[in-house]
Amino acid sequence: MAQDRIGTLIAQLHRQNIDRREFAQRAGAIGLSATLIGQVLRAVPAAAQDATPEADGAMSIGNPDIEHITETELGMVKFISSWPLTGASEQLGGDMVASLQMALDDFGNAAGGFAIEYTAMDDGIAANNGSWDAAREAEIATSVVNDPDAMVYIATYNSGAAAVSIPILNQADPGPMAMISPANTYPGLTKDSPNNEEGEPDRYYPTGVRNYMRVVPADDLQGPAAAAWAVENAGLSSAYVLHDNQLYGRGVAVAFRDTFEDLGGAIAGFEAFDQNAPDYLALMTSIASSAPDVIYVGAITNLNPGKLLQDMRSVMPASEVTFIGPDGLINQAFIDGAGEAAQDAYVTFAGLPPNALQGAGAEWYARIRELLGHEPDAYAVYAYEAAVVAIQALDQVQDNDRVAILEAMFSTTNFAGLLGTWEFLETGDTSLTTVSLNQIQDGGIVFLEEIAAPPVA
Amino acid sequence: MDFNLDLFLQILIIGITYGAMIALIALGYTLVYGIVELINFAHGEVFMMGAFFTMQVVLWVGVTSESATVAVVGALALALLAAMAFSGGINYFIDRVAYRRLRNAPRLAPLIAAIGFSFILQNIAIYWRGSNPVTPEAVIPLEIRSLNILTAWFGLDTNLRVRLIDFLVVLVTIPILIGLSWFVYRTRTGAAMRATAQDREAAALMGIDVNRTIGTAFLIGGALAGAAGMIAVYYLNSARFQMGFQYGLFAFTAAVLGGIGNLSGAVLGGFLIGIIWAMSDGFIRQFIPEWGAQWTPTVIFGLLILVLVFRPSGLLGEQVPDRA
Repeated sequence: MAQDRIGTLIAQLHRQNIDRREFAQRAGAIGLSATLIGQVLRAVPAAAQDATPEADGAMSIGNPDIEHITETELGMVKFISSWPLTGASEQLGGDMVASLQMALDDFGNAAGGFAIEYTAMDDGIAANNGSWDAAREAEIATSVVNDPDAMVYIATYNSGAAAVSIPILNQADPGPMAMISPANTYPGLTKDSPNNEEGEPDRYYPTGVRNYMRVVPADDLQGPAAAAWAVENAGLSSAYVLHDNQLYGRGVAVAFRDTFEDLGGAIAGFEAFDQNAPDYLALMTSIASSAPDVIYVGAITNLNPGKLLQDMRSVMPASEVTFIGPDGLINQAFIDGAGEAAQDAYVTFAGLPPNALQGAGAEWYARIRELLGHEPDAYAVYAYEAAVVAIQALDQVQDNDRVAILEAMFSTTNFAGLLGTWEFLETGDTSLTTVSLNQIQDGGIVFLEEIAAPPVA
Repeated sequence: MDFNLDLFLQILIIGITYGAMIALIALGYTLVYGIVELINFAHGEVFMMGAFFTMQVVLWVGVTSESATVAVVGALALALLAAMAFSGGINYFIDRVAYRRLRNAPRLAPLIAAIGFSFILQNIAIYWRGSNPVTPEAVIPLEIRSLNILTAWFGLDTNLRVRLIDFLVVLVTIPILIGLSWFVYRTRTGAAMRATAQDREAAALMGIDVNRTIGTAFLIGGALAGAAGMIAVYYLNSARFQMGFQYGLFAFTAAVLGGIGNLSGAVLGGFLIGIIWAMSDGFIRQFIPEWGAQWTPTVIFGLLILVLVFRPSGLLGEQVPDRA
């Protein structure tokens, strides 16, 4: 756009409608404002490619009964994603964008008669080390709702961010707009759970209509599964639980604590840590004096758990105290941040890590690994699936009708995905319940076994 | 619950180490405030720049944990001096280009300039090393860093741990503190600084170059921050563009607690804040079960408010220019 304007200006200069000084001023203003807009939006123009009618190998993913349409005679629609793309999230966010783009490419960047234009937004800010910011997320969600071409919002990474944007999309005009998350695992976003805050999940849906889905299993499985493994398989009897005081981190920590106690374990302490603290040595020294067998840290990578683990290991060696974390820590930035201290730490994940996938998943893993040149982030697989759900909905509706697309997405069934065949439950949750236990070994993530939450009493 | 003496002493040791670093930063705040009555909010970032420059120097020198001990010690000493020069230079530069021009402007103007500079420095740091925590080159092997000198050197039979790195922090800090007070109380420039602090106009009448003296104060304050930055890198084993923010605020609180403008006050305040920080993180929980590290900033900034309300001149009294 800025280039067009500069073109017009040059033409004006040639016709001597404006003098050189004015030209310089205006050109400067256009350049500056274009740069500013670019900076403010921090949008990654990931998908400006033209739709190619040929799609290859795409049909093996998704519901095989839905026919894919690659013509684009009806025009263009937009898919917009939002999750952190900088700081500690640079790699995981970038991997998810690449995987989502791969899904769109596999389907020829088109569906239901429309070309699909994809934009990846960043809801992180530098002051949070790239972690999400509520104001940013609200801004992005509002701009999506106000863009008539935007059909599906593929977001967010952080559950706290989803709590901000779900109600905004829920109250879209003319009706609730579809939001599908590849990574939110906080249970209260969609369903009743013992640790929900008051009014959850209904308070996220002011219109009473559900417009939010997630292709990843929630934490009411992950926290308890980790606790059950710790007590029953590893024989750990005393736990100290720390969290980052966010919706996700606290939620998964509470779920771990409750199950750990139910199974007969003792909780030596439960508290939040300060993400801005430069040092945790005093905290860890105090925790060491209560001699726990295991420390569980409910947190995401951006909020300093790497330093926390370093300081833990300086007073509690891995041979004495086990470290378990949730899927917010299953990424390279956490491993790098903790350095040597990361060795032997356990991380759980809702689903399987990419290198343990089978069948179509294994095929996807091989392709994305080649594309990225490094181990893909664990959530990248869900970004692919979320995109396919949206594509197939558009194939069914064949109209740029947000409400109809939402309905089609919600009624996804018999979806042959990268992790197995699943459908959406009426809460918008996936019917998959796999939780995996992984360990950090020599700077890499190694899949150990599938674990399960104990049956609810 | 019984009073756990071992834990108390252990946390006290950690608190003294924290305090040494805070004291170094607090001195920079107080030195500058005592002379120009400006709270240099960019000071925390000057400290952070010292930390980043330290890592850069070590990279340039190219020592690793495999290198000979002499080489490592030499490189670290060089890094300390380089970081002091670098941070001092930045602080002097900020004074020269911004604060000096605003010397007679309303008080708010230099304060806002200081906040502006702190953002500029943070962004330079992001550009330099990214926004992730940076782990410095492991020049000090872990066995040596965490060697317990109480058992290894003194042969004591104790559960207490004073790691070599804790000892080094205090070891580097104390000579710097002594050197500073020697400088301020025993040299001509120091006398000029004290004179300028007391009454700028009278000092000028006596032939003191006021701007140069103020510049020297910024240079020294920055150098202290640079030294603290170098220490912090190896003590924390991690550095980040925002590290100056919380340290800076804690140090500012320490300076106010001790009496702003008062050098001994800043040192006292620094050690007090360090100990309060460590106790709140690690010891109060023994008596109040719900207490956690999340309350530490609340305690420290709550203390700042209490001091400002009930004893604004601090524990040892403030020392600021006389107003005619």
